[in-house]
Amino acid sequence: MLYLECPYCGVKGEETEFHAGGEAHLKRFGPGSSDQEFESYLFARENPKGVHFERWRHVNGCGKWFHAARCTASLEVFGTYSAQTTEPPKAIKDAISAKRPGWRWRDFS
Amino acid sequence: MMRIRDIGPAVSFTWDGKRLQGQVGDTLASALLANGQRVVARSFKYHRPRGIFTVGSAEPNALVTIGSGAAQDPNIRATVQEIYPGLEARSQNRWPSLGFDILAINDLASPFLSAGFYYKTFMWPRSFWEKLYEPFIRRAAGIGALSGQHNADHYEKAFAFCDLLVIGSGPAGLAAALEGARAGARVILAEDDARMGGRLICDNALLNDAAAGDWVDAALAELAAAPNVTLMPRTAVTGAYDGGTFGAIERVGLHLPHQPELPRETFWRISARRAILATGAIERPIAFANNDRPGVMMASALRSYLHRYGVAAGQQVVIFTNNDDAYASARDLEGAGVQVTLVDARADAVAPAGFAGRFIAGAQVCDTRGRMGLRAVQLRHGDGRTEWTRADCLGLSGGWNPSLHLACHMNGKPQWDEGLSAFLPVPGMVPGLDYAGAANGQYDTAACLAAGQTRARAALGDLGLSLPAAADLPKTPQAAARPMLPLWQVPGKSRAWLDFQNDVTTKDVALAARENYTSVEHMKRYTTQGMAPDQGKNSNVNALAVLADVTGRSIAQTGITTYRPPFVPVSLAALGAGAQGAGFAPQRFTTSDAASRAMGAPMIEAGLWYRPSYFPQAGETHWRQSCDREVGYVRNAVGIADVSTLGKIDIQGPDAGAFLDFVYTNMFSTLPVGRVRYGLMLREDGHVMDDGTTARLGPDHYLMTTTTAAAAQVMKHLDFVRQAHCAQMQVAFTSVTEEWAQFAIAGPKARGLLQQLTGQALDGADWPFMACGPIALGDVQGRLFRISFSGEMGFELAVPARFGAALFDRLCDMARDLGGGPYGMEALNVLRIEKGFITHAEIHGRVTGFDIGMQGMLSRKKDFIGKAAASRPGLLEDGRELLVGLRATNGSLIAGARLFTQGSDAVRTADQGYITSVAYSPTLDASIGLGFLRNGRARMGEVIRVKDHLRGVDILAEVCNPVFFDPEGGRARD
Repeated sequence: MLYLECPYCGVKGEETEFHAGGEAHLKRFGPGSSDQEFESYLFARENPKGVHFERWRHVNGCGKWFHAARCTASLEVFGTYSAQTTEPPKAIKDAISAKRPGWRWRDFS
Repeated sequence: MMRIRDIGPAVSFTWDGKRLQGQVGDTLASALLANGQRVVARSFKYHRPRGIFTVGSAEPNALVTIGSGAAQDPNIRATVQEIYPGLEARSQNRWPSLGFDILAINDLASPFLSAGFYYKTFMWPRSFWEKLYEPFIRRAAGIGALSGQHNADHYEKAFAFCDLLVIGSGPAGLAAALEGARAGARVILAEDDARMGGRLICDNALLNDAAAGDWVDAALAELAAAPNVTLMPRTAVTGAYDGGTFGAIERVGLHLPHQPELPRETFWRISARRAILATGAIERPIAFANNDRPGVMMASALRSYLHRYGVAAGQQVVIFTNNDDAYASARDLEGAGVQVTLVDARADAVAPAGFAGRFIAGAQVCDTRGRMGLRAVQLRHGDGRTEWTRADCLGLSGGWNPSLHLACHMNGKPQWDEGLSAFLPVPGMVPGLDYAGAANGQYDTAACLAAGQTRARAALGDLGLSLPAAADLPKTPQAAARPMLPLWQVPGKSRAWLDFQNDVTTKDVALAARENYTSVEHMKRYTTQGMAPDQGKNSNVNALAVLADVTGRSIAQTGITTYRPPFVPVSLAALGAGAQGAGFAPQRFTTSDAASRAMGAPMIEAGLWYRPSYFPQAGETHWRQSCDREVGYVRNAVGIADVSTLGKIDIQGPDAGAFLDFVYTNMFSTLPVGRVRYGLMLREDGHVMDDGTTARLGPDHYLMTTTTAAAAQVMKHLDFVRQAHCAQMQVAFTSVTEEWAQFAIAGPKARGLLQQLTGQALDGADWPFMACGPIALGDVQGRLFRISFSGEMGFELAVPARFGAALFDRLCDMARDLGGGPYGMEALNVLRIEKGFITHAEIHGRVTGFDIGMQGMLSRKKDFIGKAAASRPGLLEDGRELLVGLRATNGSLIAGARLFTQGSDAVRTADQGYITSVAYSPTLDASIGLGFLRNGRARMGEVIRVKDHLRGVDILAEVCNPVFFDPEGGRARD
C-alpha cells in the first residue's frame, strides 16, 4: 500500500485517502503557443520505471493538490511537496539522489 | 484410530447428520480421527475417497461445509475448524453419499481425464459448451457449493499498526516477539492456529529439560502481560504488500456457536515498520502409486495428533521417510503403544536409538491397498524384492519446504538450496521483512530460537530502539540430523498423486512435458497443479521436481511458479465487509427527503443523493400521469422542486472575478453585483466539463452552482487550477452545498407565491430575470435567485439547511393553494427538454461548446481553460455531430437510439448521430428528444430515421431547434 503525507495539512494517510492526478510540473501552453508546445502539454507524458513526479490530491482530507516524488517500481515515496512549484525542491532531489544515484527525469536530475 | 488421552471436556457435533463427540481443543479433523472417520471427502476430479492428510493450514483433502442455509460456509479445512457445541459439518462433492458416490465412475475413466482433457474433448459443437459441457463439468468436478442465499452474517475490516510484526509463533516467532516486547516496541504476533507455539506444542520436545509447552506458556504469559504486544491467534497473514502493509484474516466467530453480533471473520490491514517471517515449514509427501488412500498422512501430522490432540491416527503404522525428522513420529507412536514399521529410503540409515519396531533401510513404499481406508502397503526393498505389509496408516516425510510464500509476494524469486533440497528466501525480497527459523531453512529448534532472537534484534536496532541485553535462550537437547536423500517419486505403473486437491498425478506432469508445456508456469496451467484453494502448498515443489526430472533439467533451472496472495483462502465477505446493500456507498439526503418520502415519492439516486422521482396522487396508476400533472403545475400555475443537490461553491477574494474568467469560457469579472450569469466550463482539451449559473453576491464574493453530477469534479478542478495555474491570485473557495437548502419555485404564479411569502413586490424592475440578492423570511436570512431551468417565471430560494424542511412544507402548501404543488425529477427533466436545456446526458465529456451551439460563449478577449484546444480546426470542422431537437413523426423516441438518413441502411458506416434525452411533452403532446446529428444545425426540417437495434425501435423524426417551447424565452422574463 502507498503511504503519502499531505504537505498542506500534514496528515499521513494510505492511498485510499488520495487521488492520483497525473504527471507533475507540466508547463501550461495556452492560446498562441506553437502546435508542438501545445501537443506536448496536452498529450506527452513520462512513463518511467523508477523515479517519477506526480500530482496527488488529498481528496478525503483537506482537498488540496500536492506533488509527490516516488518510485513507480518499488512504490517508495521520496517526498511530497507543494503544488505551487515548477520544479522539485532541493531537499526532494537530494532524497532521491541518496537512494537512486544518477537519476534523471525530464530536465531534472 | 482412537483417542488415547483426553484433552478436554466432551463437545458434541454432527458430521453428515450423525451426532459425534469430540473434546474441547479438538479441530474437526482431530475429532473425526478420534471417531474413526477415515473417509472425509471425495476428490475433485476422480471422486476418490480421501482422508485427513495434514494437521494444519495446508490441508488438501479434508474440505468440508460448515453450517446450513444462508449461513453455510463451503470448503472449510477440517484441520483448521475448531469444534464447538452444535457444530454442523458435512462432506461435499459427493452424491448421493460420502460412502457411495456415483461420480466415482470418473476414477475408472481416468485414462480419458488426463491433463488438458477438456481442451481436447469438449471442443465442438460450440453451442454445447454452455448447455451441456459446462454444467456437466461443474457438477462432476468440484468442491463445496454456496447456498445461493443472501449472506446475513457479519464480517469486519480493521487496521492495525506496529513496529514489529511477527508472523508465526513457533520457537523463532516467540523468540522474536519476546525481543520486541522487551525493547518496548509495538509488537503484533500473528498465528494462523488457535493456539500459539507452533511445533513446540505438537512435539514432546524438551526446553530447559522440561516440556517445551511450559516454556511456551511462560513466553505467552510474558507477552500477554506486555502492554506493547498484541497477540493475534487464529489470524493468518495472507499477503505482503507495498509500504510494509500485510493483509491478514482473523477467524473471530468461526470457532464459536453462531452469535449474530460477532463477526465471522475480520480482514486486517497491518502496517508494520519491520516484520519477521517465522512461518515454519510444510512437510512434503512422496509420490508413489495410490498414495492418496484414506489413512495416508504426513509423518509430522501423526505426531501432532498424538501429542496435541491425544489421538493415534492408526494402530498399525508404516512411516516412509527420506530424512531423520520422521523418526520422532515413529518413536512417539511406538511409545503410545502403536505398532510401527519405519521405512527409510536411505540405504545407510540406522534405526533410531530405543526404537523397537521393524526398521528397513534402503526401501521404498511403492503401492497401497484399501479403497475406503488403507489396509496394506507394498514395500520395495533395496534388492528389488517387494512385499505387502498390513497397515491402517502410512506416515510420509519427503523433507520440508520452508513457508516462504509471503516473502515472494512482491515478485521476489526464492533460491534453490541443494543441501537442503528446498527453496529458501533471499534477503530483501520484501522491504522490511526478515526471515527466521524453519521458514529460512533452519529446522533445528536451537537454531530457530537463536534466529528469532537475532533477526528481531537486528530489526529493532534498525528502528533505532535501544535494546536490553539479549536474554539467555532456553536449552535444547543436542540433535544432529543426517542429510536427507532427495526423493520425489517412486517409480510405478499406477497413478501417483502430487496435487491431492486438484487430482494431479505424476503422469499429468509427464504428459504436459510431452506436449511441450515444459515451462513450470505452463505445466501448472495445463495440469491445474497448485491451482486449487490450497495453492499446492504441499505439492508444488514435488511437481516441479518431477517436471525437472522428465525434462532433464535441474530443479534450479526449472524454477518455481509465482507465489501470489492470499496465503490461505480469504472469504469475499470479509474483504468486502460492510459494503453489502446500503453499506455499499454513502447516502446523501436533502432536507426535503422525509417529506418527499411521506408523500409517497419513489426516490432515485443522483450520484450519492436521493431525489424524488415524482409525487403520486390518488387515482394515478402510472408515473407518466403524475409527471404530466407536475409539468402542468409549472407551465400553468406553480411548482416546487428541491434543487439543493446542485453543487454550490462559495468563491471570495479580490481576484475571484479574474479566477472565474479563467475557469469559465465567458466573462464574470464584468458581472454586476446582484446578477447571475450562466457559465460554460471546459476541460483543457476543449470539451465541456460542466455548466451552471454563478451569482455575484458582492464585489469580491461569488456563488457558483454546478450540476449535481459534477460537483466533486468541479471542486477538484477549481482547486487544481487555483494551485497549479493561479498561484498568485488572491482567491479562496469552499463547498457550501450542504449548508444551503435551495428550492425552485417555477410557474406563472411563482411571483405571487413569493410575494405572499416574503411580503415583497419582487417586480420586474427590482427583480429582473437573472437578478439575485438577500431576502428575509421573518428572522431567517435567505438568498433569492431569479433563474429558471423550466423556461417559466422562476426563482430559486435558498435558506440555511436547518430551515430547509420547514420551508419545503410551507412552499408545497402555498403552491397547492395556487393550483400547483411539488414536482419531481421526471417533470423537471420534461421541462428542461422542452426548453432544450442540457444536462450531463448531453455534455457527456465528448462534446465541445461548438457542438452544443455555444461557441459564442467562448470569449475572444481573454485566456481560459480549454481555449487553445477549443479553437483547433478539428473541433470546429464540418461534419461534427451537433445538438439538435427531434420530434417523432410516428411512435416514441428512445434515448440511445442511432440516427440515419431516411432511406439509408441502419448500419454503423451510415451512422449520423444519436439521441441523448427523450420525453413525452404534455405541453406539446409530442414525443420529443435531444440528440447529436452530423451537421445538425443545417438540417432543420429534415425527416430522419431513428433506429435502436437493441430494443427494436425503428421510427421517423423531424429535426428541429432544440428549444421546443417558447424559443424567444419571454415566459421567464416578463
